[in-house]
Order: sequence, then structure tokens, then C-alpha cells
Amino acid sequence: MSDNVWDWAFAWKILPRILDAAIITIEATLIGFVFAAVLGLLLALGRRSRNPLLSYPIAGVVEFIRSTPLLVQIYFLYFVLPEFGVVLPALVAGILGLGLHFSTYCSEVYRAGLDSIPRGQWEASVALNLSTYRTYRDIIVPQAIPPVVPALGNYLVAMFKETPLLSAIAVVEMMQEAKIVGSETFRYVEPMTLVGAIFLVLSLVSMVGIRRVEAWLRRKIMG
Amino acid sequence: MSEPIVRFENVSKRFGETVVMRDFDLDIAPNEKLAVIGPSGSGKSTLLRLLMTLEQPDGGVIYVKGEPLHHMWKNGRLVSADQKHLRKVRSHISMVFQHFHLFPHMTAIGNVIEGPIHVLGMKRAEAVARAEELLDMVGLADKKGSHPSQLSGGQQQRVAIARALAMQPDVMLFDEVTSALDPELVGEVLNAIRKIGREQDITMILVTHEMGFAKEFADRVIFIEGGRIVEQGPGAQVLSEPRNERTQAFLRAVLG
Ligand SMILES: Nc1ncnc2c1ncn2[C@@H]1O[C@H](COP(=O)(O)OP(=O)(O)OP(=O)(O)O)[C@@H](O)[C@H]1O
Ligand SMILES: [Mg+2]
Repeated sequence: MSDNVWDWAFAWKILPRILDAAIITIEATLIGFVFAAVLGLLLALGRRSRNPLLSYPIAGVVEFIRSTPLLVQIYFLYFVLPEFGVVLPALVAGILGLGLHFSTYCSEVYRAGLDSIPRGQWEASVALNLSTYRTYRDIIVPQAIPPVVPALGNYLVAMFKETPLLSAIAVVEMMQEAKIVGSETFRYVEPMTLVGAIFLVLSLVSMVGIRRVEAWLRRKIMG
Repeated sequence: MSEPIVRFENVSKRFGETVVMRDFDLDIAPNEKLAVIGPSGSGKSTLLRLLMTLEQPDGGVIYVKGEPLHHMWKNGRLVSADQKHLRKVRSHISMVFQHFHLFPHMTAIGNVIEGPIHVLGMKRAEAVARAEELLDMVGLADKKGSHPSQLSGGQQQRVAIARALAMQPDVMLFDEVTSALDPELVGEVLNAIRKIGREQDITMILVTHEMGFAKEFADRVIFIEGGRIVEQGPGAQVLSEPRNERTQAFLRAVLG
């Protein structure tokens, strides 16, 4: 009986296929996250702008994206945009969806990070007559990075765990590959368990990595 | 009095309901050392913060070297200054804060060269050489590589003074720069200020509770209360023989 539930030989055989697909998962996560982190910073800065023509629409867009499901956004990018003549490959649409969705969370993280810088740092920058750009670049952002890293790291892991949603538009990432294996062999226990295990291991590894990066940054920036 | 380097003309400032300044006038001469004293909440910091453009006046005009600070001329009328004008006029002024506000992620010398390199456009080597001189002048030649967290309050404040001075201002503002320090560290900071006063052609406006220092150092002491100048004159007069009874009451209270 136990033989029927879990077959080691079968699991071993399909492992390379799942790992291959894991590359796609990791790719989507990393590219999507770079996109989210950069766009998030722009959104956060735009929201702080004194120009309401910039800050208000950005606040609206951020709220909108944050309060609609990621799956809907991915469907929109993949199935609705073509109606307007924008046809994206599934993987690109998926990465874009992940990046866009998580950019709004990242922007909130940056916002909190920027708000955590004491007012005196801004005032000292005015007293030195630094330009706004210089103030952000040399004074504010370097101090905002260490407190922001753990929260960004959490979103990186959260985003990684959302990548199975890409299977909904047939991106062959880990989950989709596991489903394909299952439908070919009528065995779901091994592929799904492997997917879960790989997610667990990678999440734990990145958590540890993020704590390391945070400690390193703190030492490097704060001396 | 020669052409004032700083002029407050009819300046008013309020925060919500609180009126901090009403029709405030004040002329400050080039190279003058002006001490500002007064009770808590009387508007001393507001005076300096207006001059550093950290606050906007609600009415009136502040002139620096004859140029309006928060305003600029446009078609013969005074309008709100744009960023370019603000930065140009502000370049004459620098400020030292009660709580230092050093940049914690930079070394002492990093703090001092930031402005000269990125605002004055100085070459790095030159900025470093000047910063070393300034740190030497405030007695911190050996601390240039230290981060603020590794320095005592008195040392941090002296770095802040060097940082402000490195901007080559015409007017330096000091807002209770010794108030946050342990008593034994006050002397070293006051000495640094004395030295700058002696060695540089620079206008200094100091908000202070150090009455002895004000008397000895300042050319003029003004006592303000309720955002108005109640009494002013040489330190020896205002602080030793105050004529106004409010000044007398204040001095009795602080000197005990
Ligand atoms: N940002 C602000 N918002 C609201 N009220 C303010 C603000 N800054 C100052 N005030 C008020 O304005 C008045 C003058 O404040 P200011 O800081 O200039 O006084 P001060 O003379 O420097 O006092 P202290 O000796 O305590 O430093 C006070 O009543 C203060 O509460
Ligand atoms: Mg004050």
C-alpha cells in the first residue's frame, strides 16, 4: 500500500523535469522582482512628489493594483491586452503581472523606509543646500536601505510563492510541469510533493540569504 | 549701520492658531555676532529656521545681502521664489542644530566634504584638504575617519560646525548648539565657536542659554518674547543691567 502512495523510483525519474521547470520559476521570480523593486521605488517617489498631478494618479493606480487579485491582472495582461493589439508571450505577461502587482507592495515598503528617516536629516540637507536629487541619493536612500531590506525580502519570497499562478496562462513553471507529469502518468503525489519541497527549500534558503544581506548592508552603510 | 547682511522686514509667522512672529523687524550687520535669548516658545528657533528656509514666512520679506530670500522679483513685483533662486540666496547661510543632525552613514570627513563637492563643485582632493583643516581647527584631526556613532556629543557637534563652515557661508546660524550636551562637553564646543569668530569674517547668529558666553562673545544681544524684540543692546547692558522688566524677570529665572 505504502508503495502505491509514494514511489521513490518514479519521484527520482521526474525530478529532473521538475528542476528544469524550477529554473523558469526562479527566472520569473528574479526578473519580476527586479521589475517590482525598481518600479516600486519610482512609484514611492512619485507619490511623495509635491505635484498633485503626479502624486494623486499614482496613489490611485497603486490602490487599484493592490486591491485586485494578481490572477485577474495576469489574465488581463495575457487575454485582454491582445484585444488592444498588444500580444505578449505567456512568460512575459506573467512576469509583468508579478512585477506590476508586487511593485505596489514594494512602493509601500519604500514609503515606510523613507518616512523612517528623521526630519533632521532632511533639514541638515537643506542647510547644506543639497539638491533634492543629492539629498535622496546621498543622504536619504542609503539610510533607508537597511530597514527596507527585510520587508522587500519577505515580498520576494511571497512573490516566489505566487508563481504557480502563471500556470493559469500555461507558463511551464514548476507547478505547470507537475500538472503535466500528473496528467501523463496519473500520478500526482510525487510531482506535487516535489514542487512543495522545492518551494520550501528555496524559501528557507532565501530567508537566510536575506538576513545575511541585511546584516552586511547595515555594517557597510552604517560603518 | 552699514548695509545689513540680513534684514527681517515686517515678518510674520504663525503655526495654525499660534502667532510666533508679528511684524518682526531686525537688521544684522556684516560680521556681527548676534546672540538671541528668550524664554521657551518665544520664537528663537523660528527666527533661525526662517532664515535657513526651513520655514516659510506668512508675511513680510527677509533679505540676505540685499536679495529677498523666500521671494524673487518678477516684473517689478515680489513673488514666491523658485528653487533656483532659493538655492542661490540660501548658499550664503549655513546652520548648526541642537541635535547635530550629522549623517550617520558617513564618516566625520565624509560629512564635511559632502556639500563642498556636490554643492560648491569642489574637486574631491581639495575638499578633503579643506575638511582636514577644518576638523583640525575644531580639534578633531584624529577623528576624521570616525562615524558619528563613535563620537561623543561634543565631538559630533564640532563635526557639525566644521560641516557648516565648509560651505563657506557668510552667515552661520547656531540653534542652542550646546543644549543637548553633557555639561563637561559644552566648553569644547563654545571654544570652537570662539575660534571661528576670531579667525573668520563671518556673521554669526546664536540662539543660546549660555548667558556668560553671550555676554563675552556677542556684539549685540537681543531678548525676544512673544515673537518680538523686547530689549537689545551690548551684552554687558542687556544681560547685566537689563532695563525692561520682562528681561529682568527672564534673567532672574534662568540665572537663578
Ligand atoms: N512646526 C511647528 N508646528 C506647530 N507649532 C510650532 C512649530 N514650530 C514651532 N511651533 C510653535 O511656535 C512657537 C515658537 O517655537 P520656537 O521653536 O521658535 O521657540 P523657541 O524660542 O525656539 O523655544 P525653545 O527655547 O523651547 O527652543 C512655540 O509655541 C512652538 O510650539
Ligand atoms: Mg528653539
